[in-house]
This record gives sequence, C-alpha cells and structure tokens, in this order.
Amino acid sequence: MLPALIPVIPFLSAFILMLGWKQLSRAAVAVIGCGSIALSAAVAIGIAAQFAANGEQAIQQHVWTWLQAGGFRAGVDFRMDALSVVFVLVITIVGFLIHVYAAGYMHDEPDYSRFFACMNLFVGAMLVLVMADNLLLLYFGWEGVGLCSYLLIGFWYKDPANGYAARKAFIVTRVGDTAMGIALFMLFQYTGTLHIQNILESATQLWSKGDPTITLIALLLLGGAVGKSAQLPLQTWLPDAMAGPTPVSALIHAATMVTAGVYLIARTHTLFELAPAAQTTTAVIGAITLVLAGFSALVQTDIKRVLAYSTVSQIGYMFLALGCGAWSAAVFHFVTHAFFKALLFMGAGAIIVALHHEQDMFKMGGLKKQLRAVYWVFLIGSASLAAIPFVTAGFYSKDQIIWLSWSAAGGHVGFWLAALLGALLTGMYTFRMFFLVFYGDIKTKVHHRPGNSMMIPLYILAVLSTVAGFIELPHTLGHVTLFSNWLLPVLPAVTVLQESAILEWTSQGLSALLALSGIGLAYAWVVIHPKGMVDFLEMPAILWFRGFWARGWDFDKLYDVLLVRPYVYLSRINKRDLVDKLYTGLAQLMQWCHHMLARTQSGLLRWYILGVVLGAVAILSVLIWRIYI
Amino acid sequence: MNVHPTTAGMLLAGVLFVLGLISILVRRDIIFMLLSVEIMLNAAGLAFVVASSHWGTADGQVMFMFILAMAAAEVSVGLALILQLYHQLKTLDSDEASKMNG
Amino acid sequence: MDPAFYIAAAIAILSTLMVITRYNIMHALLYLVVSLLAVAVVLYMYGAPFMAALEVIVYAGAIMVLLIFFVMMLNLGKESAERERGWLKPRIWIFPSLLCIILLGELVFLVLQNRQPVSDVIIVNPKDVGMALFGPYIIAVELTGILLMAGIVGAYHLGRQKQKTLHRFLENTEV
Repeated sequence: MLPALIPVIPFLSAFILMLGWKQLSRAAVAVIGCGSIALSAAVAIGIAAQFAANGEQAIQQHVWTWLQAGGFRAGVDFRMDALSVVFVLVITIVGFLIHVYAAGYMHDEPDYSRFFACMNLFVGAMLVLVMADNLLLLYFGWEGVGLCSYLLIGFWYKDPANGYAARKAFIVTRVGDTAMGIALFMLFQYTGTLHIQNILESATQLWSKGDPTITLIALLLLGGAVGKSAQLPLQTWLPDAMAGPTPVSALIHAATMVTAGVYLIARTHTLFELAPAAQTTTAVIGAITLVLAGFSALVQTDIKRVLAYSTVSQIGYMFLALGCGAWSAAVFHFVTHAFFKALLFMGAGAIIVALHHEQDMFKMGGLKKQLRAVYWVFLIGSASLAAIPFVTAGFYSKDQIIWLSWSAAGGHVGFWLAALLGALLTGMYTFRMFFLVFYGDIKTKVHHRPGNSMMIPLYILAVLSTVAGFIELPHTLGHVTLFSNWLLPVLPAVTVLQESAILEWTSQGLSALLALSGIGLAYAWVVIHPKGMVDFLEMPAILWFRGFWARGWDFDKLYDVLLVRPYVYLSRINKRDLVDKLYTGLAQLMQWCHHMLARTQSGLLRWYILGVVLGAVAILSVLIWRIYI
Repeated sequence: MNVHPTTAGMLLAGVLFVLGLISILVRRDIIFMLLSVEIMLNAAGLAFVVASSHWGTADGQVMFMFILAMAAAEVSVGLALILQLYHQLKTLDSDEASKMNG
Repeated sequence: MDPAFYIAAAIAILSTLMVITRYNIMHALLYLVVSLLAVAVVLYMYGAPFMAALEVIVYAGAIMVLLIFFVMMLNLGKESAERERGWLKPRIWIFPSLLCIILLGELVFLVLQNRQPVSDVIIVNPKDVGMALFGPYIIAVELTGILLMAGIVGAYHLGRQKQKTLHRFLENTEV
C-alpha cells in the first residue's frame, strides 16, 4: 500500500466538499467527511501492520520532484518510520472519532460542508507534516495546519471576536514559523540539503557537541515548535483559540496540531542532542509552561479554557521530557494525551450542547444524574489527565516523565519539582472542573441529550484513555516497554543516571500522592465547603492572583505593551510611508512633467508648427555650429 | 554682379519657403494655412529644379513632378477636410478645432 | 545670372509677400498665381522648360483655380476679411516672423557656402526626365498614381455631405 494515500484521501475529500457544498446533502457531507478519514485510518493501519511485519523497515515513497534548482532538490517524498507511524495512527484514529463526533455536534450548523472541508484539509496537512521526508514538505504541512487552524478558529466569522482570535493564533504562530524558516535556511546552507535523514546523518560530522551554529539552529527550530505547541513565550494564542467549534478544539488544539512542535523536536532530536544548551532551554520552557498554565487553569471559569490551559500544561510536560532526552516518554505522553484530551474536549462539548451552549462552569452543576453517560466518560478522562495511579493511561505516561525529569541525563531536580507541582495543579484544576460541572446544585437545565454519533466516539476514547497506558509500564510496575521498543529505531533510549528502584518508587508515590491530594483539595473546596471556598477566594490578595492567573499571567498585556503598541505607534508614524516617499516623489515628479508636457499639446495647429520650426532652427544651428564655427 | 546661378536659385527658394512658413505660423484661417503649404511646396520644388540644373541630372525634375502630383492630391483632400470642418464648426478658425488637447 | 532672373525673382518674392499679408483670401490667391507664374519663369531659366509648363498648367492653372472655386463656393466675403484683419496683429506675427527670419538667415548662410566656380546652367531635356520617370522611378510613378487615386477617393468621401435622413418617417432620427 502506498503511504501517499494517507494524506491524499483527506485532501481529495476536502476538495470535493469545498466544490460541492451546494450540491451535497448534509448526510453526504458527513459521509464524505468522516469516510475519508476512516479510509485514511484504514490505510494507515494497513501500512503500520506492514511496517511492523517488515521489522520496522522505513517505508519510503517518492511521489514527484517538487523543486529542483542547482544543488537543491525537494520532492514530495513520504517516509514512514516508527515515529511517523505513531503520529499517523493517532491523527487518523483520533481524527476519525472526532469527525464522527463532529457530525453530530455540528448538526445544526448551516456551513456543514465548509466545516468538514476545513477539518479534512487539516487532517491532510497534519499527515503531510508527520510523513514528510524533507523539511520543506514538513514546512508545507506545518503552514497548512496553521492555515486550517486559522480557518477553524474563525469558523463562526460573523462574530468579530472569533476573527480576532483566529488572527491572533495565526500571527503568534507565525513568529515561531519564521524562526523555523530561518532554521531551514541555515540547515540548507550548512548541509546542502533539506532531506531529514541526510541532515541527521551529516549533522554529527559537521558539528561537534555544543557548536554555536547548531545551538542556534536548534534554538530556532525550538522557536518554531514553541509557536505551534503554545509554549511559554508564544502560548497566548491557544486559550483564545477556543473560539472555534468544540470538535476543532478537540482535534487541533488538543490532540494533534499543537503536538507538531513535539514531533518536530523528536524528529530532529539528533540536532538537539548536539546542542545541549537548546535542549536544556526546551526543558526549562516546558517546566515553566506547565506550572504557569496549571495556575491559569486553576482559576478559569470557562470549561473550554480550563482544558486549553491544561493542554498547554500537558504539552509543557512533553517539552520537559524532550528537553531531558526522554524522547519516547514525550511521544508516549503525546499518545495518551491525545486520547484523554480529545475525550475531555468532546465530553465538554457534549455538556455545552446539553446546556444550550453554556460554557461557564459556575452556571453548570449537578449534571451527574442528568448526563450519566457523559459523567462516566468525563470521569475517565479527568482521571487520566490528573494521573490517578494504576488504572489510567495518563498516570503511566506522566509519571515516566516526572521520574525521568530527574533521573535522565538532561534531568534536574528543579525540573522534577516543577513536574511534581504540575501534578498537584493538574489534579486540582481537573477535578475542580469535574466537581463544578457534575456535583452541587443544578443551575442550568439539560435541554438536549447527546446522540449516539457523539457518544460512541467518547466511549471508544474512554477505553483508549485507559488501555493505552499499559503498553509502557515503568520498571517498578511490570516493566513493559512495548512503546519505547517500537520507537527505538528512530528515537534513542533515554540515558538514566540514577537506576534506583527506591527513588523511582518514591517519585511515583509522591506524584500519585500529589495528584490525589490535588483531587482531594478540589473535592474539599468545591463539594464539601463551597462557602469556605468563596470566602477564601474573595480575599483581596487571592482575588488579585485569580485575576492575574485568569488572564494567563498577563502575557497578553505584556506583549501588548512590548510589541503591539510600539508596532502600532511605529506604523502610525509610518502611515505616510517614509521609505516610499522617495518613490512617490519620483512618481509625482514624473506626473508633474507629464502635466507640463500635456499642456504643450494644446490642440492648436499653429502651436505644433511652431514646434517644428523651433526644432528646425535648433537642428540647423547645431549643424552650423559644428561644421562652420 | 556675378552670382552663382545655383546659389541665386537656392536663395530664392529659401526666401519663398520662409515666407510660406511665416504665413502658416501667423494665419489662423485654415484656407490661408493651406495656401501657405502650397507656397512652401512650390519653393521646395524650385529648389529641386535648381539642384537638377546644377548637377545636370533629371532626378530633381522628377522630384518636382512628384511634388506637383502630391500637391494636387493634398489640395483636394485638404479642401474636402476644410469643407467638413466648416460644416462641423461653422468657422474656418483653426484654433476652434482644438478639441484634441491634453 | 540674367537680369530677367532677378526681375522674375523679385516679382515672385514681392507677390508672395503680398499673398501673406492680404486680408482678403481672393486677393491672396490671385497674388499667389502671379507668384507661381514668376517661379515658372525662373524654372524656365534653370533649363527646365517642361517643368515651367507644368507649373503654369497644374499649379497656377489647376490647383489655384480649384482653390479659387472653393473659396467662391464657401462665399467668404467681407466679414472674413475683417476677421483676418483682427487676427493679423503685430503682437501675433512678430515672434514667428523673427523665428523664420533666423531660419532664413541660416539657410542663406548654408547656401552661400557653395564655393564651386561659376558655371552656366545645365539644361536637362524633358526627354531625359521622361526616361528617368519611366526608368528608375517607375515604382514612384505608380505610387504617385495611387496617391492621386487616394486623393480623389478621399476627397469624395470627405467632401460628401452628411446624409441626414434615411427615410421621411425617420426624419427626426440622427444617423
């Protein structure tokens, strides 16, 4: 089977949906939109099986040569190795479930076809991104998902706020993309190719460890990853991206696109290994982001924004793992996170629809009885996010990261502490949300129960959120390494400095304890003592912190002061285009000359004859002057 | 007075030509302008014939004949144009026909 | 040169001067005929009798008569002459005249540069002209024929009065 089919099918279907939005019935749109992803997923599973049967031999396909200029050659080449297979499977399977869910969720949407066209386009672009064999094609997919993200955040474009959020996401991620673009140019300059495998091979020969050039390149690549994955300096766009429909949030802003940065770093891990400074920066960014976003998630009132901040926080964990050199742990967390975050988002979407598009958690409550099915799947998702020990996938993936953030070669006790704090925060904000929504008094009536097309994907994801954890178990608990073995041909095993079972037990115990105590705190505050919580939260100092965190640590304001306002100020100065003055001046001079010349064209015949006579006199004068004088 | 005949003829042609030129520049009446063109053409023809007699070849006179034929055609077309102009503008003032200005 | 040349030249220049200073177009045309006749004499003296004859017949005879008939047809009378008087003010003619005098000065200067010894006028036979016309210049002659043809067609086309109506029922519609 051909790998190229996997991204081509969604592209084709997006094309059909774009052109046929008038002719196709809603049912046809849903069938085409979901069917294409299903087909793509089937192909992906087939190729994965073939790949596994062949002993993880990378499958390559050259479709056509895209660009060829001098020594530069970039083809539309696809390459499936272990890392790509993992991403492709997650994207297509989770993507398919979300599409099915969206078919029910968006049922009353007039622009049904446009929605599915964009979603399919997104899946196609994302698949190109993870399957690309060269960085240029990867960049194409990278920009493609950025575009789709813009289109889908601003899907309800009639509300200006949504358009603003879409533009913000586009522009902020563009900052990172520019950095990544520069990195690509530099890589081409030094290695003469953009072919990923060639770069990875020649990098070790070109640069020694810690070389400033490779550090710069790795930092620029990190810049791109940070932009797309909403990490620390560029995280501000993701909470606002919740303006899009909920399935979009589930697909793009939780499960797949935002992890493109993780994929990029994992894909170019050789470069990061050559640049320890960049790798440490990655870990530091991840650690800081996961804590900051955790605090922000703690004080949100909008259910989707809680999940958005938790996404930022969880990707922070992945970056931390990448920075510590625990490559496969990061990818493992990506997989489990994709399952439970998609589950949580879609569960939240089901609640939102049930409550007539109410997103404020403080207006929800007591939904346990009314939405029993959603309650259970949401519980499973929340448990996985909060990493409740032993039974959830999130526990295994996150604890691996927490332990490795200390014990791995790039680890540090500071990272470990940050990760533990993050675990506590995760437990708190997740179950604060959970208890607010499902316990307490009924504040809003349920008016619409989610249908089967919405619930079945939730059940499947709930199962996956639990089962997926058991493919990789820590040393202390069974020691299953299916997942890291699978990735071993691509991503090297993590170097663990402290092989101590006791310490590992301690770490796991601590993180489990912290997660549980976070849940306990949330329960105490929200369910047992709602009054006490209100009193505590109304204290002025706390109130200030609440506002500060709720605004995402005021990064928006900071950027507004640092970047937006100076830019607007400069552009206001430059309103009349100072640099252009020279050229407009030239144009005006030409125009003036033109008007002067045009005035000589008076339409008077005698005037023209006079011109002829003057010319004759002048020519004869010159002639006489030259010859006789 | 022993002036070279070619010189004398050329001078005459030059004087006539310039007189025609002055007239075409000064006059506004379009028939007068046509008349001035005739004077200038005639002067040019004279110059050709003088040159022909200077070199002793027939070419100058051939040119004179062509000028003659051209003048005839020009006058007929020119008069037709003037007629149209007169019908359109009800005047012979060439400055009136200045709609094609820039 | 012959005194006859000087007389003829003087007549030509004087009558041309009269042409360009007349207010009445008919007078100007008649002076132009005189001027052309004087030029014909000059042509004769330059050994081109056939050209002189053509000058009289075609220029003075045909073209000028055409112009005169045309002027008569337009019936330009006194008011035209009055208008011409109003237009010909020194303010208007002084600059173009000065410019043309400069041009004349330059032409005279160039003509007087001729340093060849004085020789007599060489007479070119009409036969030679004919041989030249129908020998090397045959194409030009044919083109001249086409030019005259075009002149006739053009004059006919342009001179035609605009037909106002196609039919008595359509009298009020402009075509």
